Formats: sequence, structure tokens, C-alpha cells
Amino acid sequence: MTRPIHDFRLLRPQSVDAVIEARSMHENSRIVAGGTDLIVNLRRGIGRPSVLISLDGVEEIGQTFVSPDGARIGSGVTIAAVLADRELAAKFPALAAAAMTIAGPSHRNLATVGGNLCLDTRCIYYNQSEWWRASNGYCLKHRGEVCHVAPQGDRCHAVFSGDLAPALLVHGAEVELAGSGGRRRMPLADLYREDGRAHLTLADDEILVGVHLKHESLRSGYAKVRTRKAMDFPLAGVAVALDGNVGALRALRVALTGTNSCPVLLQGTDELLGKPVDEALLKSIDKLVQRQAQPVRTTLASANYRRLAAAGLARRLTDSLATGNASVS
Amino acid sequence: MSSQPPPRKQIVRMRVNGRWREDAVADHALLVDYLRETAGLTGTKTGCDGGECGACAVLVDGVAVPSCITLAARCDGHSVETIEGMAQGGRLHRLQKAFHEQLGAQCGFCTPGMIMAAEALLRKNPKPTEAEIRSALSGNLCRCTGYVKIVKAVQIAAEAGS
Repeated sequence: MTRPIHDFRLLRPQSVDAVIEARSMHENSRIVAGGTDLIVNLRRGIGRPSVLISLDGVEEIGQTFVSPDGARIGSGVTIAAVLADRELAAKFPALAAAAMTIAGPSHRNLATVGGNLCLDTRCIYYNQSEWWRASNGYCLKHRGEVCHVAPQGDRCHAVFSGDLAPALLVHGAEVELAGSGGRRRMPLADLYREDGRAHLTLADDEILVGVHLKHESLRSGYAKVRTRKAMDFPLAGVAVALDGNVGALRALRVALTGTNSCPVLLQGTDELLGKPVDEALLKSIDKLVQRQAQPVRTTLASANYRRLAAAGLARRLTDSLATGNASVS
Repeated sequence: MSSQPPPRKQIVRMRVNGRWREDAVADHALLVDYLRETAGLTGTKTGCDGGECGACAVLVDGVAVPSCITLAARCDGHSVETIEGMAQGGRLHRLQKAFHEQLGAQCGFCTPGMIMAAEALLRKNPKPTEAEIRSALSGNLCRCTGYVKIVKAVQIAAEAGS
């Protein structure tokens, strides 16, 4: 059993500007979107914000617009709404495939695109009750001084586990941010850094308002391994998008989640373009994944298993997409 | 403005099982606690207390949500349905009847959440396949592990409604 949630004040601003204003007025505040992860953490005593700023009243971020050229998905759009959007799924199959694997059906009715992209990093030494963490001297991510996963190191190794990020990365997504200095757009990959304690590059007064996607006619998919077939976060998750066929690849992007402190857009895949999808190519992808995935002991499953699982998923997805055994955008 | 404002309550207006009610609700109150302690509707259960088991599932505006990780204040102006609202005029709802007749309830603790999740499914998809039922209930745990009878009960209820 977890302890009761602490007292806080709930604000429900109606516009992006009002959210930013509230954020700048309340230093010890947190943004809450669907709350499916944040509320669980607050119940465990992880963080004690005095103000929660809810995004549920902000109409602007709750819409999706799909055009022949691409799409803009508001950060407040729920995962269930992403799944219900057939046009979005047809253009960006990996996105729908990833959305389908997030948590359980009732969570998907609350959880949002922005919440999943800004999901807190996770670790077996962090996602525990207050007494559990206290008895262990807390950890580097919250209230403690040592990362129990890598006690000799000086950084937190908590792992990013969002499912949407890799799917959006392989589709070349950009994110739109709003802050007191105005709005800006940047590649999704730039939203993250490899630090489990501070994996988001958002400024304190910035919020994610939307995701922009360009339609590129790529075949794409997403797959993950997890302990329980529903509900669980990925032990390793992989998205692949490609153009071409088994004879030769014209485009190939691979992205990982559940292995590092931020989602990873695999480097080096350009060198595989023009080559046939055969055992040699799949082995090359396997090697790239194994080199760039850096799982450590943040889950009960071993780090080596997660590295091998990520590589295996990347091989399988690439093979099935190249041979046409997956949905085509 | 202070960065440490005091906790506060606000008047929340919610349509619970078809009847509007107004209550002073603390900002940090969870929907499950509001339903059980303020509204006196103890049919909704607190299981894992962390959004993992589905025992606390209720319908908000017709879709299932885990009430143990939903803030009550965010339901202001919305419709909430619990297991107590299912039976009408002293007659069991078709899902309740089917769970009873198919022995879908064993210890019964997960049953309210199972029934609410199943009701959300049947409203959207009146004739679900077995795979669709299993998928819709994938967020609901039964520690008695009576899943076969639960799925059967939902199938029988779906047939009864068609």
C-alpha cells in the first residue's frame, strides 16, 4: 500500500499562456497531463510540488490535424484518441503500434502524447514506496547521493521508457514548445539528454504543446518486450521505419526505448542503404543496436537480456517491414 | 504570489450515477476516495493503490478510468458511473447477471472494476470478439485468476444485449 497523496493546490488554466504564467508564478509546481505516471509517483512520495498545473482545460493542445503532407498532434491528445485516428495510423503505422502497447485501456483514456514523451525515467531503486527508498538511503535521482545501479559513477542511470518517442523519432518528428520567451520547434531527439535525473531539455517555464510529423511514405512498426503483455513498461522497445524492399533499402531509421536514459535514434543506419535485406544486413543492425543500447540494472530483467532483446526486435521488425509483412503507410 | 500556497478545497459538481451532486473536495483528493468516503459508494475498490490492477475502474463520460490515480477535482462537470449505478429498478444489469450466473465473480474484489471495464467495451463495441474482450480487460487483474469465466460472462452479457 502506498501512503495518501500530499496536500497541493490544483490549478486548471484554460490556455497555453496561462499555463506558462502559472508555472513562472509557482516555483515548486509540476505540470500534470493525464497523471497516470505522475500521480502514482506522488502517491509514493516522489516529489512534493505545492502546486499542480493541470493541462486538461487547455483546448489548443487537445486537437490533432492530419493533412496529406503530415500531421500536428497536440500534446494533450490522449493515447486512446491517437489509436482511434485511422488516418494517423495509416500515415504513421509505428505511432499506432506503439500507442497500442502503452499501459492498459483505462490508462490510455487519460494518458496523453505529451505525457508519454515527457515521461519520467524509471528504475527499480526509484519507482518504489517511500519506506522502501528510505530504507535504502534513497538514490541519486531523488533525495539520495548514490546511484545504486552504478555506485562508482556520478550520474543517474534511470531509464526512459516512453513508447511513443521511438515511433515518432523514426518518422522524423519535431516538437513544438511554448515558454515565456515564445514558441520554438526542434527535432524530437533534441528534447532529450542521456541523464536519468534530467533527461528533458525543456526549460523550467516551457511546455510541450505539440508534435509535427511529415508524411514520407515509410513502412514502419514498433515492438517491445515486457514482463506482462499488458500494462508494463518496455524492457526494450524498438521502432523501425524504412523505404525500399528486400532488394535494397532506400531509407532506414531505427529508434530504441527502455534501454538508455533517453530514447535513442540509432546512428549508422545510412551506411546500410542500397544494400539488400539479408542476414549480413540484419547482423549489421544487430551490432549497431548492441553497441548503442546501454541498458544497466534498472529493471529486474538483466541488462544483457534487454540489449539482446532490443537487437532481436530491430532485426525482426526490419525483416518483416522489408518483406512487406507489416502495415504500409 | 507565494510559492507555497495553502492546500484548499473547491466545490466540485459531478453527475454520479445519473444524479448531480456538489461537494467541497480537496485538490489532492483522488476520485476513488471521493466516491468511497464522500459519496459513500464503496463498490469501487482500492486494490493496488497505484493504477496497476483495475479494481478501481469507473466510467468518466462513458470511458473507463482508474479512479485511484484520477484527481476528483478534475472530474468537475463530468459524469461518473460506478458499479452502484448499474442495477436499475432492482434488476441486475446484464453484466452483473452474467457474472453471477457464469461464476465470473470469485472473491468478488476485482468484479466491480471488471464490470465497469466490460461495460465501457460493450457501449463502444456491442459484439466484441474474445480477443477484444481480453484486450479490453487487460488492465484488470483477478487474483483468484478466474479469467476464463470472466471472459465468458462478458460474452454472455454481449449476447444478451444484442
